[in-house]
Amino acid sequence: MLNYSLKRLASAIPTLLLLITFAFFLIRIAPGGPFDAERALPPEIEANLAAKYHLDEPLVFQYARYLWQIARLDFGPSFHYLDWTVNDLIAQGAPVSFTLGAIALVLALLIGIPIGAWAALRQNRPADYAAMSVAMIGISIPNFVVAPLLILLFAITLGWLPAGGWEFTPSRMVLPVITLALPMIAYIARITRASMIEVLHSSFIRTARAKGMPEKTVLLDHALKPALLPVISYLGPAAAAILTGSVVVERIFTIPGIGSYFVQGALNRDYTLVMGVVILYGILIILFNFLVDLLYAWLDPRIRYDDPEVAS
Amino acid sequence: MRSWLAIPVLAVLLCACGTGQDGESGPRPPRLPVPVELVFDDAGRPSMDVLAAEQVLRRGNGEEPQTLDPHLAEGVPSANILRDLFEGLATTDPDGRIVPGAAIHWDISRDGLTYTFYLDPAGRWSNAEPVTAEDFVWSWRRVVDPRTAASYSRMLAPVANASAILAGSAEPETLGVSALNETTFQVRLDDPTPYFLGLLTHPTTFPVHRASVEEHGSAHVRPGRLVSNGAFVLADWQVRSRIVLDRNPHYRGQEQVLIEQVVFYPLEDENTEFNRFRAGDLHWTYQVPSGQFRWLNEHMSEALMVAPWFGTYFFSFNLTRYPFQDNLELRRALNLAIDREIITQRVSRFGEIPSFNLVPAGLPDYEPPVPDFAAWSQQEREEEARRLYQRAGYSDSNPLTVELRYNTSENHRKIAVAVAAMWKQVLGVRTRMVNEEFRVFLQNRAQRRVTQVFRAGWIGDYQDAFTFLELFHSAHGRNDAGYANPSFDRLLDQIAAERIPSRRRNLMVEAERMLLADQVILPVFTYVSKRLVDPRLKGWQENVMDQHLSRHMFLVQQKELEPRRPDRLDETENTATEQADLEDNGPESAEAESGTGLSLFRSAPLPLSPASPGVQPC
Repeated sequence: MLNYSLKRLASAIPTLLLLITFAFFLIRIAPGGPFDAERALPPEIEANLAAKYHLDEPLVFQYARYLWQIARLDFGPSFHYLDWTVNDLIAQGAPVSFTLGAIALVLALLIGIPIGAWAALRQNRPADYAAMSVAMIGISIPNFVVAPLLILLFAITLGWLPAGGWEFTPSRMVLPVITLALPMIAYIARITRASMIEVLHSSFIRTARAKGMPEKTVLLDHALKPALLPVISYLGPAAAAILTGSVVVERIFTIPGIGSYFVQGALNRDYTLVMGVVILYGILIILFNFLVDLLYAWLDPRIRYDDPEVAS
Repeated sequence: MRSWLAIPVLAVLLCACGTGQDGESGPRPPRLPVPVELVFDDAGRPSMDVLAAEQVLRRGNGEEPQTLDPHLAEGVPSANILRDLFEGLATTDPDGRIVPGAAIHWDISRDGLTYTFYLDPAGRWSNAEPVTAEDFVWSWRRVVDPRTAASYSRMLAPVANASAILAGSAEPETLGVSALNETTFQVRLDDPTPYFLGLLTHPTTFPVHRASVEEHGSAHVRPGRLVSNGAFVLADWQVRSRIVLDRNPHYRGQEQVLIEQVVFYPLEDENTEFNRFRAGDLHWTYQVPSGQFRWLNEHMSEALMVAPWFGTYFFSFNLTRYPFQDNLELRRALNLAIDREIITQRVSRFGEIPSFNLVPAGLPDYEPPVPDFAAWSQQEREEEARRLYQRAGYSDSNPLTVELRYNTSENHRKIAVAVAAMWKQVLGVRTRMVNEEFRVFLQNRAQRRVTQVFRAGWIGDYQDAFTFLELFHSAHGRNDAGYANPSFDRLLDQIAAERIPSRRRNLMVEAERMLLADQVILPVFTYVSKRLVDPRLKGWQENVMDQHLSRHMFLVQQKELEPRRPDRLDETENTATEQADLEDNGPESAEAESGTGLSLFRSAPLPLSPASPGVQPC
């Protein structure tokens, strides 16, 4: 297992390098620059700015400089938020996005899996249809509709919760967490249901029941564990996405997370900021996919990474 | 069957949706706090009996400021905060007039080239050190130093040698500024610049604390490090969450400042900001949801503030390419075919003022030249437009095909659609609309290779018509129309060198007349500033520069509030208290208290009726 883990982590480096290279040149191809504004800068000031941020050097030099910088874990100064480095901005925003994302993720798992399993046990009965219809609604109503509705209901009509703004307090987190978790609950419930139905029809469940095992053991130990495999696969990229924040949720609830930096960074041509969040997202995707693979081995005894026959 | 519980929940959500913010149906009318009657004491200050116990001002402030370093800052959100944190040689009063700031008075030499400023000896930095003339010398040199790379450094371009220093051909020490003694600061200009005092309220000209900048570099603006000389001092800064300023106890006029704390919230989304205003989180918004003018005017008129702003929305022709190159008649035809009243009343719909000019009205010393067709009826304009269109060689069988380019925004799109429809209806022009992301749009405009007609807009930097006219100098970096008229350039050069105000004014009128006669632009309207303001917030006035310093403001109590009641509650409780209090008053009493309608200027309330021109909703 250790060998496998090391190998996987080593293979992450070229993947990241590829990502960095691709993102670096892609953002530079976009027309316009970070200091373009409705008020055009006189050429001498433009030249001073370019010199300050090394934008006057050939692109390959800038690329090499950037690689050397990030090798020292320095993402450089933000081109738009002039008082902050990208490290500062991520250090301030990431805990917010991670907290909201993690709570939403746990909530989605705690609610989504039981609903999915429950619906699977009542397959094709009204309860199943109702649960899946609600789940379908959860998937199809976008969060930019859900969020204002929640604000209207709970903040303005009922006055129970604040309409937005951020502090690490439960009252400020409730609505954004619900908005983030709702579609995820729906996805997880549907995936769990589908895979649970498949497992419940498999021969080893029939065997377990035939041997007179208690229904609870059959469902929790024998059926649920393998039924969770597709949920785990879904969770890898989904966790990376939810932990890096959501543009829409951050905008509507005025949350200072890092989700908005993906869009704002690109629109402002804030090259370093875009690179910073893209690299962070890349690392999280790689990390979670790796964790998913480890979880697979734990959930399914047939998967063993250090067994040369299976691994190959 | 428990899942059927979902149905009532959905029903509640849908009910909420019914009162939602979509379109003009609008949300449920909110209950605004009703302020008590304002009473002043003998010294002209608001009486302590009417002031709210908690003087914490919460301002929505658009996007996150790019920086709080006054020399690097650009954009209105930064400027709003910096005007509270710092004070330049001059500042503005609530009316927006230029008044002494860090300098209590100044002398201008007879040739208009030397300004001598006498600093207030009571001026202090927030660390209690005195503000000296040397601070200004060092700060201004920092602005023009190429290593600072200050994007707004051209604000100091009139100062002797500034341009050479910016271009790197002279040392910052050669800038035409000097400290004659501890409190006397002298500036030498290359040319007489009548608007020079207006520049001194711009953050680029504010002083910074030398020792802090040298010690902390670009991190000198962090809370706990930023040393400023304004009415407030930076207490906390959570990026994209809030910026908190506390009253500066060392400020030279601190006894006049009533607000104890200002909290600036970066709120980019206008609907989010509106929701937070309704929930009682904000006293002052940066913007208001577009397209809800009518609803707001009906239900929140005592909070809705709309006033003319120093900016013009226009379209510009690319004069360097077909079909507009050397085709004055066609440009004039397209200009005449636009019905500005319809655009302001039915499209942009926020009380914008239809305009035929580049320079907005409202400057104290400038009367914009009115084009001949401004007095015509729209029908007459359209007839003339058709005649010119045909003379330019176009007709129904040979229509003009033109491209109209704008940057991504719902409002710009609507206005462009309206313009295209008017051209089509009046002249039969076929318009292709091109929508571009902002920076792509700017680049395309500047290159002048693919543009034909494009959206433009300009908000004046300082109170002078020149801030608009200079855009069309053939060498100006933002002359995206490619207008190159030697007579116009000569006029601009004369204006820059002219010392006698009346002659200078006449030259500027002549320049604008020339620009309009050449049909370089298609003016549409004068911008308005628009915001929601808590009726309890007093001490401020609408002004054409839209500069509002927190130190002039104060919060008064609301009616029915027991005078000795502790007011320091957390936000949620506060909102609940306000709502409970308002249950008693009700919205009717709110309207009765604050008079009717929308005030275009606080000093001259202009009740809005359906007959009011220019602000009539539809």
